[in-house]
Amino acid sequence: MHARVTEQAGGDYLSDGYSLRSWLTTRDHKRIAWLYLVSITAFFFVGGAAATLIRIELATPQGDLVSSDTYNRLFTAHGVIMVWLFLIPSIPSALGNFLMPMMIGARDLAFPRLNLASWYFYLCGGIFTLAALIAGGVDTGWTFYTPFSTMFSNSHVILAITGVFIVGFSSILTGLNFIVTVHTMRAPGMTWFRLPLFVWANYATSVILVLATPVLAMTLLLLAAERLLHVGIFDPALGGDPLLFQHLFWFYSHPAVYIMVLPAMGVASEIIPCFARKHVFGYRFMAYAILGIATIGFLVWGHHMFVSGQSVYASMVFSILSFLVAIPSAIKVFNWTATLYKGRITFSAPMLYALGFVGLFTIGGLTGLVLASLALDVHLTDTYFVIAHFHYIMVGGSVMAYFGGLHFWWPKMTGRMYPEMWGRAAAVLIFFGFNLTFFPQYLLGYGGMPRRYHSYPPEFQVLNILSSAGAAILAAGYLLPLGYLLWSLFYGKRAGPNPWHATGLEWQTASPPPRRNFEATPTVTREAYMYDPVTGRESPQ
Amino acid sequence: MNIAEQFDDAPQQEQAATFGMWIFLATELMFFGPLLFGYSYARSHFPEGVAAASRHTEVMLGTLNTAVLLTSSLLMAIAVQACKADAVRLARGMLLLVAALGFVFLAIKGAEYRHEWREHLFPGAGFAFADARHAPAAEIFYFLYFALTGLHALHLTIGIVMVLAFAAGLLRGGRSFASAERVEVAGLYWHFVDVIWIFLYPILYLVGRSG
Repeated sequence: MHARVTEQAGGDYLSDGYSLRSWLTTRDHKRIAWLYLVSITAFFFVGGAAATLIRIELATPQGDLVSSDTYNRLFTAHGVIMVWLFLIPSIPSALGNFLMPMMIGARDLAFPRLNLASWYFYLCGGIFTLAALIAGGVDTGWTFYTPFSTMFSNSHVILAITGVFIVGFSSILTGLNFIVTVHTMRAPGMTWFRLPLFVWANYATSVILVLATPVLAMTLLLLAAERLLHVGIFDPALGGDPLLFQHLFWFYSHPAVYIMVLPAMGVASEIIPCFARKHVFGYRFMAYAILGIATIGFLVWGHHMFVSGQSVYASMVFSILSFLVAIPSAIKVFNWTATLYKGRITFSAPMLYALGFVGLFTIGGLTGLVLASLALDVHLTDTYFVIAHFHYIMVGGSVMAYFGGLHFWWPKMTGRMYPEMWGRAAAVLIFFGFNLTFFPQYLLGYGGMPRRYHSYPPEFQVLNILSSAGAAILAAGYLLPLGYLLWSLFYGKRAGPNPWHATGLEWQTASPPPRRNFEATPTVTREAYMYDPVTGRESPQ
Repeated sequence: MNIAEQFDDAPQQEQAATFGMWIFLATELMFFGPLLFGYSYARSHFPEGVAAASRHTEVMLGTLNTAVLLTSSLLMAIAVQACKADAVRLARGMLLLVAALGFVFLAIKGAEYRHEWREHLFPGAGFAFADARHAPAAEIFYFLYFALTGLHALHLTIGIVMVLAFAAGLLRGGRSFASAERVEVAGLYWHFVDVIWIFLYPILYLVGRSG
């Protein structure tokens, strides 16, 4: 244990030790956030490289770049890396780790050592997954469906699921840490309904993490037992039932998409009031909607199995429950819109990302309703319509918000401003590239192009070329921030404690924050988001 | 009692530690979940097969083990109270007894496994079941039996190591390591392992024996 460090002037968390060791053994949540940020960025570009190859392959109807087997391994690599190694840890583990304690006025998370352990779990699992890729990849798709994954696949399934299994522990520990922190570490006066919505969102996400991830862990263990020992309960040849695997898998993996999108909603709820200079519309309903989405998210996993052979009655129930998710989601979208109404709006880079998030999330959500309809799903399942739908939610939603949050809190994390015009250019480029990539896929899917094929009938080529061209623009849009954010680390203007004039405790301390976040523990006397659209400042009351 | 730097005072730290353990136990419950779900799945599909397989389990040993584990939980509760009351010697003795009962449980379980291994009840290539009609269902039952009891035994082993570590801490008079707060959290874990067994005992040993 350290002795308590007294803050000397100018002693921020970055100057708390410069050696690599001081970073790798740190228990400071802000440094751990950076460890996560660096590692998930690396995985993001690995997953993006796989996506690039997929889009190049699909530019022509023939399978001329890679063989069908290699193509299987490509989309599996893309799925596994993007879902487990990028999207799930992105906002909670990187931004959430940095901001959660600061937003509630705490000095650190409740269990700092556990927090560091969670990053090591993450890294270890990531290395296993990468090893599976380097050894030759996995061809099962990211869902590892049995009995193919247990009896027939000749690829490195065990290595990959070992990686995912270990990363799961990182999720569980982070979730546990966040829940305990929100419950026990709030500053005086920080009541539940004064919490920023980002904290609410991460709290609900953490509940999903701790309740759903262990189920996946055990499911993967059962899969490994069946593959290695030929005993188990999934393979019909052993008297088992492959549907059981799908139930268990989606019991985790449907809530997992809410793990990806709830924190993104939290980020949007921070950015939009700040740049519209207005109190968020319907704060309590926003908080309840987050909890509602998390709750209903646990009851809809069967909508992934409409054509799997489960009973029609089960499908009907899951269909109705899936429609219910739209209610809290719509509350959030309408409340963001109402927050903008008569606001004093500034189209800064984070705001562009946040607005892009709202629009793309809405499109993705509405097409989700199309897919939740039983009869339509029979036609649309396993086509590019599904691909487009979940990319609108995960990329248009989560990744957009992740970039928005990164820009919004970049001054806080580094003490430096990024070049504003470059930031806006990248936001617009990403938005445009994203839509060009994925909107044609709705049309392709509706026309019947199946997913996971490396060749397709020639009449689909025009839309596929549009999509591949969009992917190139999207790639450029993602590389831009990598450039100017790194540049800003060295040459950016000094940001000062609160460049956006935002409310919220994290802006009440220096940028970058001191090792213990605050000079003295803050006391909270008012609601969150007390902006005044008339003066553009924080309202006096 | 030393307070970590992120906490303000002892009650806050204690609350965080206990609450954290409760959440961890919730994740553990979910971890057992798929196996229990698989069990209900198997039992609803093959009711007779599961009952026939369940009748093959060693009900006497299972009952004895239940008694052993319940007793250990009682002693664990006494140990926690003793720690809180600073009765170091009593606490240490109780913790050692708890660990001993844990070992007894594992030994009995091992004897059971040995017996089942010899009877070819281990699922896989060599599996043999007297009643050929129910062999496939029995194989699934035994797969779940070994998975559930094996996972439970693993948890119990971790619990024994934890309890022994605290007993050793008390031996050296090191109340900073074996603080009442930590022993209480370890107690929560021990009781959880116990509760899991209370569920496993009826669904594995008693199901086929009713009626």
